[in-house]
Amino acid sequence: MPTHLDNEQSIVAAAQAGDSDAFVTLLNQYGRHIYRLGLSITGNHQDAEDVLQEASLKAYRAIAEFQGNSRFYTWLVRIAVNVALGKLRKRALWKESSLDESRESEDGSYIPLEIESWGEDPEKACLNSDLRQILSEVIQKLDPKSRTIFTLRDIEKFSIEETARLLGLTVPVVKTRLLRSRLKLREELTKYFGKDARNAMPTGHR
Amino acid sequence: MRCRQVIDKISEYIDGELDPELVRELERHLQHCEDCRVVVDTTRKTVEVFCHTEPAPLPNDVRERLNQMFRHSFRKGEPN
Repeated sequence: MPTHLDNEQSIVAAAQAGDSDAFVTLLNQYGRHIYRLGLSITGNHQDAEDVLQEASLKAYRAIAEFQGNSRFYTWLVRIAVNVALGKLRKRALWKESSLDESRESEDGSYIPLEIESWGEDPEKACLNSDLRQILSEVIQKLDPKSRTIFTLRDIEKFSIEETARLLGLTVPVVKTRLLRSRLKLREELTKYFGKDARNAMPTGHR
Repeated sequence: MRCRQVIDKISEYIDGELDPELVRELERHLQHCEDCRVVVDTTRKTVEVFCHTEPAPLPNDVRERLNQMFRHSFRKGEPN
């Protein structure tokens, strides 16, 4: 979750009073976070841009309704998640909770295959830009529902309960999918950061 | 506690949401199971690296189109 702007409350108040520059200041702070959220969930840049544009416009039109009970960013993310889910539904990549899923949540088993400690911390092992590329590639190895859950819980830091509520899923389904997603991503990242890593860094930095 | 149960509890353990009694059992297991220690440690690092890595700046063309959209909306006098 990004850091606050220093005088965020007054910037939000100015935006609510119709100051468009104030709204642009908020977007400059949070736009890239919303774009990454859109990209993680939808899996493609065009949809990510649409999510950013549509969510920003909706937020702009509705900012008078923002009550300040949460951070402005959290409010904006909720809007963006709904827009992104709309994209997934349109492409038939999102189904609401099903009977299969409640069965699935009873068997969360996932057997780790890559058991190898990591060498240097990823932040030290490669350039920031390379690390971003790796993270953005591995998250796409999850199915749309799992990567949406992972994004909300582990990148945006929503609670399990709020993640479930935002996505219209049950808490057990969110927990099971989150566990599997974390373990799956751990496997994938071990291929890069494990002591005997087999995957080369995107541009060869190690 | 067996390895399989440790794996099932990893999420709650690293989130600090596991029952204290289970935490003790899990940590007893970790003391003598190197493999589970590695899996717990690298799972924790996985969550941390995703959470700590800042997103890239918006691509220039994306930023420009966003600004254009807003200039257009502002001209139309939205949202008033």
